[in-house]
Amino acid sequence: MQGKECVAMLLAGGQGTRLKSLTKKIAKPAVYFGGKYRIIDFPLSNCTNSGIDTVGVLTQYEPLILNNYIGIGSSWDLDRKYGGVSVLPPYMRSGGGGWYTGTANAIYRNLDFLNQYEPEHVLILSGDHIYKMDYGELLDYHRGSGADATISVIEVPWNEASRFGIMNTDGQGRITEFDEKPEYPMSNLASMGVYIFRWEVLKKYLIEDEEKSHSSHDFGKDIIPALLADQKRLMAYTFEGYWKDVGTVESLWEANMDLLKSNPELNLSDQTWRIYSKNPNQPAQYISPAASVRGALINEGCRIYGQVEMSVIFYGVHVNEGSIVKDSVIMPNVKIGKNVKIYRSIISEGSVIEDNAVIGNPSPESDITLIADEGSVMATSYAANN
Amino acid sequence: MDRMAGIINLDHEQDVLEELTYFRCGAAVPFAGRYRMIDFAISNMTNSRIESVAVFTRRKYRSLMDHLEQGKAWELDRKRGGLFILPPDWNDPTDISRGDLQHFHNNIDFIHRTYADYILVSGSQNICNINYQDVLEAHKESNADVTVIYKSVEELYPEHNFAHKLNFDGNQRVTAIHNDKQNTNVYMDMYVIDKNFLHKLIEEGIAHGSSHFFLDGIKAKLPDIHIHGYEYNGVHALINSVESYYRHSANLLNEANHSELFKEDSPIFTKVKNEAPAKYSPNSHVTNTLVANGCLVDGEVEDSILFRGVKVGEGAVVKNSIIMQRCEIGSGAVLENVILDKDCKISQGRTLIGAPEKPFVLAKRKTM
Repeated sequence: MQGKECVAMLLAGGQGTRLKSLTKKIAKPAVYFGGKYRIIDFPLSNCTNSGIDTVGVLTQYEPLILNNYIGIGSSWDLDRKYGGVSVLPPYMRSGGGGWYTGTANAIYRNLDFLNQYEPEHVLILSGDHIYKMDYGELLDYHRGSGADATISVIEVPWNEASRFGIMNTDGQGRITEFDEKPEYPMSNLASMGVYIFRWEVLKKYLIEDEEKSHSSHDFGKDIIPALLADQKRLMAYTFEGYWKDVGTVESLWEANMDLLKSNPELNLSDQTWRIYSKNPNQPAQYISPAASVRGALINEGCRIYGQVEMSVIFYGVHVNEGSIVKDSVIMPNVKIGKNVKIYRSIISEGSVIEDNAVIGNPSPESDITLIADEGSVMATSYAANN
Repeated sequence: MDRMAGIINLDHEQDVLEELTYFRCGAAVPFAGRYRMIDFAISNMTNSRIESVAVFTRRKYRSLMDHLEQGKAWELDRKRGGLFILPPDWNDPTDISRGDLQHFHNNIDFIHRTYADYILVSGSQNICNINYQDVLEAHKESNADVTVIYKSVEELYPEHNFAHKLNFDGNQRVTAIHNDKQNTNVYMDMYVIDKNFLHKLIEEGIAHGSSHFFLDGIKAKLPDIHIHGYEYNGVHALINSVESYYRHSANLLNEANHSELFKEDSPIFTKVKNEAPAKYSPNSHVTNTLVANGCLVDGEVEDSILFRGVKVGEGAVVKNSIIMQRCEIGSGAVLENVILDKDCKISQGRTLIGAPEKPFVLAKRKTM
C-alpha cells in the first residue's frame, strides 16, 4: 500500500509524579479532565480532526487503564484497516530489550512500526497537554518552509519559561538556539512538545543518537541540539490558543476551572472540533427540586440533591441533600453523602465521602486538596494543609 | 443455554404522536433526554443475552435507520447474528401474504437462520426494563405455546384503551384477550414463542389469508393453543399519544421511577453523540429536571427535560416542558407545558404556554 503522508507518535508513558496519588495507578495521559475526558482525548481527537489516521501510542508506566481505554481506537474513529491507533509498549527482542530510556529512544525502538507506513513526516506528540490544535496547519507550514523539523511553540509567561524547552528564532521563524529547561531563559517561546520531522532526517538522527553512550536519548536534550549543531533547517510554528500543561494538582484544577468561565478559551462545545471520548452509558443527569446548581459543568449519570457551585462534575456522581461542592473537581462515580462540604478539592474516581465530612479549605489562598485514597473516606475533616 | 432471538415488530404501530411523528415513526421518537423509544426494546433484548435482533419497519424509517446504524450502541455489530433492519420488500409476485404477516413471511430466513430456539417479539411503545431470560424460564416451565407479557396497572389511563387486556385462570393461563376498558391486565405487546411454532403459525396465517399475526395467529386461536401470561412488575409506560408521552416523561422526574427504569445492572443503551458535559452559568436556576450533555443553561428550568445540546438563554424560563435536541431558547423567552421537537428556535422574549393536560407541541425545525 501507499505510504502515509504523516504518522503521529504519541508519547504516553509518563508517570506524572507531580500529580501525586492521582497517578498512583494510572499513567498521566489517562488522568480525567473536564467532566468527561481523559487528557489523552485531546491529542487523539486533534489527530482525528486534523485528518491524521495513523497514531502510535507509546506506553510504559501503569498501562492497563490506558490500554483498555484506547482499545481499538473506535472512540476517536481510529479503528482503521490501514493505520488507525496502535499501542506500542516496550518489548524484548532477540538482542535484548528493556524500558524506554527517553523520548527519542522510545521512537527509535519503534522504527519498524514507522517503516511499515513509509511516512514522509512524523509528528511527535505528548499525552499530557490540554489543547485543540490543527496538526494539518502545522504540517502545511512545515512542508511550505521546507523544514527538516518544525517545533510548535507558544508564548508562555516569562516567570514560567524555565519549565520548558525555550528557543530563539530569526525573523523568518527559523530556530537559531534551543535550550531545554534553561535556568535563565533567553526568550519566552516555549516548545509545546509537538514536533514534526521529515522521517528520513529523524530516522538518521535517531539511529546515530542511539549509538552515543552519553546521550539521554531525549528530543529536547539530544535530538534537537544535534540537528541545530548540523545546521539543519528547524522552524518554529507559533500556536495561538489555549494550551495547558496539566502536570501538577494545581494546574489540573486550574484547567478545569478555566472551563467554567462564560466564554472559555477552550470551547468543548465546538461542533466542528469535537473532543472525542469513550462515552459511558448513563441516563440524563437529574437535578432535584432542592438542588442548586450555579456555574458548573456536569456530566450525564449524575444525581444532584445538594448545592454545586463553580465545579466540574464527572459522570455517575451523587451529591446528596445538604451538601455543598464549591470550586472543586469531582471525578467519576464519587458518592457524596449528606451535609458534606467540599471546597477547592479534587476528589478522585469512586471515592465515597461520608455524611458531614468537610474537605478542603474555602480560602482562595489555600492549596488544592486532593482526595485520591482508594475506597471510602472516613475522615470528617480533611484539608491540604493537614 | 437456550438462545433467544428478537423481533421488534413496528409494522402495526401507528404514528400517533402527532407533530412528533410527522417525520419519523413512533419507535424513533426521542424520549428521556437522550434516548429514542426503540432503545428500551433493544437494550432489554441485549441485556437478556439476545444477540440477534430483527426490526420490522414499514413507514418513515429514515431517522430510525440513522439512529440504529449497524447496532454498535447495543453491541449488535456482530459477525454472527447482530442487528437486521428489515424494511418492506414486496416484490415477490407470488407472495399472497398481507399485513405484518408479510413481514414475518418475507423475512422467514431470519427465523430459519438464527441459532435461537425461541423468538421474543416486541413492539416499541411499552417502555420498561425487563429481563427476557426470566420470561423464557416461565415460558418453559408452563409448557405454553406462547407466553405473553402483561402489566397489571394500578390506574387505567386513556392510552390503555388501545391496548389489549387479558383474563387468566388460576394457573396464569390466558382465557381471554379483549379490549375491556375496565380490565387492568394490560398486554405489553411482547411475547415469547418457540421458533418452530412461530413458523407453523406464519404458514397457517398466510394459508388462511390473515393479515395480523398476533390477532389472527394467536388471539383467534386462543381456545386451541396454550397461552401463558407473564406478569411484569417493574416500571412501565405505554406511550401511544402525545398526552401519554408527556405524562410519562414527567413521571421520570420522580426519583423512584427514574432509578427503576435506568438500572446500573441493566442499562439502557443509545447511540453516543460526544457532547461536552452540560454547562450551567452562574445565573442559571435549575430544579427537578433531567439534563443531557451538551446543554448550555443560562436561564431558569423547572420540572422539565432537556435533551442533548439545548441552549437556554439568559433569563429564559422553561417549566413543565420537554425540549428536544439542539433547540435554542432565546433570552427572556417563557415556555410552559410545551414540547419542542428537535432544532426548534424560540426567539427572544417569546411566550409559549400550553395547557397542563394538553401540551403545546412544536414540530421539528420550527422557528418561533
